[in-house]
Amino acid sequence: MYVAVKGGERAIENAHRLLGHERRGDRTVPELSLVQISEQLGLGVDRVMTEGSLYDRELAALAIKQARGDLIEAIFLVRAFRATLSRFGATEPVNTGAMLVRRRISSTFKDVPGGQVLGPTFDYTHRLLDPTLAESSEPDAPVTGEPLAAMPRVTDILGQDGLIEPSPEADADAPVGDLTREPLNFPADRDLRLQNLARADEGFLLALGYSTQRGYGRSHPFAGEIRFGEVEIEFFAEDAGFAVPLGAIPMTECQMVNQFKGSATEAPCFTRGYGLAFGQSERKTMSMALVDRSLRARELSEEIKAPAQDEEFVMSHSDNVQATGFVEHLKLPHYVDFQSELGLLRKLRAEFLEAAAKAEPMQEAAE
Amino acid sequence: MNATTYNFAYLDEQTKRMIRRAILKAIAIPGYQVPFASREMPMPYGWGTGGVQVTASILGPDDVLKVIDQGSDDTTNAISIRKFFAKTAGVATTTSTEEASVIQTRHRIPEAPLHAGQVLVYQVPIPEPLRFLEPRETETRRMHALGEYGLMHVKLYEDIARFGHIATSYAYPVKVNARYVMDPSPTPKFDNPKMDNCAALQLFGAGREKRIYAIPPHTTVVSLDFEDHPFSRYRFDAPCALCGADDSYLDEIVTDDRGSRMYVCSDTDYCEGRQAAGHHGTESAAPHKERAHG
Repeated sequence: MYVAVKGGERAIENAHRLLGHERRGDRTVPELSLVQISEQLGLGVDRVMTEGSLYDRELAALAIKQARGDLIEAIFLVRAFRATLSRFGATEPVNTGAMLVRRRISSTFKDVPGGQVLGPTFDYTHRLLDPTLAESSEPDAPVTGEPLAAMPRVTDILGQDGLIEPSPEADADAPVGDLTREPLNFPADRDLRLQNLARADEGFLLALGYSTQRGYGRSHPFAGEIRFGEVEIEFFAEDAGFAVPLGAIPMTECQMVNQFKGSATEAPCFTRGYGLAFGQSERKTMSMALVDRSLRARELSEEIKAPAQDEEFVMSHSDNVQATGFVEHLKLPHYVDFQSELGLLRKLRAEFLEAAAKAEPMQEAAE
Repeated sequence: MNATTYNFAYLDEQTKRMIRRAILKAIAIPGYQVPFASREMPMPYGWGTGGVQVTASILGPDDVLKVIDQGSDDTTNAISIRKFFAKTAGVATTTSTEEASVIQTRHRIPEAPLHAGQVLVYQVPIPEPLRFLEPRETETRRMHALGEYGLMHVKLYEDIARFGHIATSYAYPVKVNARYVMDPSPTPKFDNPKMDNCAALQLFGAGREKRIYAIPPHTTVVSLDFEDHPFSRYRFDAPCALCGADDSYLDEIVTDDRGSRMYVCSDTDYCEGRQAAGHHGTESAAPHKERAHG
């Protein structure tokens, strides 16, 4: 009888075997290939790479397959793999101004140099289920447009008149902060905050960003620019003495332009909120930019009163791998603690009932 | 595909060195929470990643490892962690408290006294004893630095004013080496006295919260209390149904749907050792019979 409450090694093995069986599903249905996942579920792959902090489409596709489509589980798999990789160094800062743009929009100007480029987007699609996709279909070939080109960033155009704060200059000698290698302390600098936000759960950032729009720490944002395209990654090789290109990867950047009334020492100007992610991740980068700007409240001497402005709150709860682990650890046995609580509760109830029993005859006597 | 081979006990040597430095600092300042750059482990946060990283960093090829969860070697997560180290480090494993050189635990301290040379590694979910009184890390670090523990005493006093006694049954706060107030991890307060003047080294790892702390051997550990309301242990008043022990912490097991209960030792190694030595409880016949058949 007592044996029944013990978990067995055999039980774990059998459970994992059953998981493998369920993952495969109906064996008469062809198995998914990693290429199918990375080609046809590309935005899911982008999210796993972004929040998994590792640019590798094939590994992200494998993680999605292994996780049965559970993206947070897939992000966890990628993170655990990433943790074991040795670090060679940090790349040069990515120059998004030289991005070969596939999509670029600005909500602050009707037209901008380089133009508004819609590119591949769900925007303006009518969200009607498309039955033609239920069968295998051959979509129309894209209209071949202008070749991909670099175009100036909208915030740089604003910057020429000093209407927006300049992007902070990178200090070439300062080491790049890395919260996966050094313990995080508060208050945290913006580099670490941005790293945290880049790895943060999209849903969590979406809700926080949304909360700032609804008045919990309002930051008056405009989507200065959202751009998606190929950027070159360069690595400074000590041996060669110069930066060598490692290749180009698709990234999405969002620069929010926010009102700032100025302070005693600063003239009024627009301020920035920044978002950057692997692949095409617009919702993520827009939410990230809203929260980044909110978290600058301390730096800009704004009153901190909303959750999205509170860096300890945001940074401590943004990581979905941490969050899911701790929420789901409630599945583990807790019967030793529970036994302690049972003992305490029984004692408290006995004392309560005893006191109630004593009080009753006294009340009767009074009546 | 970028496959990889893993180092002894999974973690790379640089990471182990970083964690060992944190452990040494923790030992030098008993009860102080040392921040460390916790890694993402191949098991979820909240499932023992802190304990696993500490164990991985101190384990050598000659070590003998025991892993318990709720006092038992056979709970699913204990099995999973033991298998992880058997696979990645190839170390010998045991269920015997006496034979183990490293014991990783969740929620219990073994009943048998630990001896010199042993290391007890605790898995810690929330390392900060003041966290539920003050949610901000910036504030609690300051309170520790100043030794400002009035808030905790007020909490305990409010318990007494309301219930007549301190209403904390597990993760009961202690003061280590007369300096730092420390969370003993969610062990039942029954286990608190075992931490005091313990011959073994006690290490605490919190992976998600990125903290390591320690109690060196033979350090004073005092459960917080008041002169007129001294600390008391809680144990269900019954002998173990399997081994008859009347001094061990008990699990309550529901045996039918009419409210019947039986009480057995939570420390399975302790219980089995007593049964092997000829001690009996009221229900001890059944498991022995099963064993004979198996």
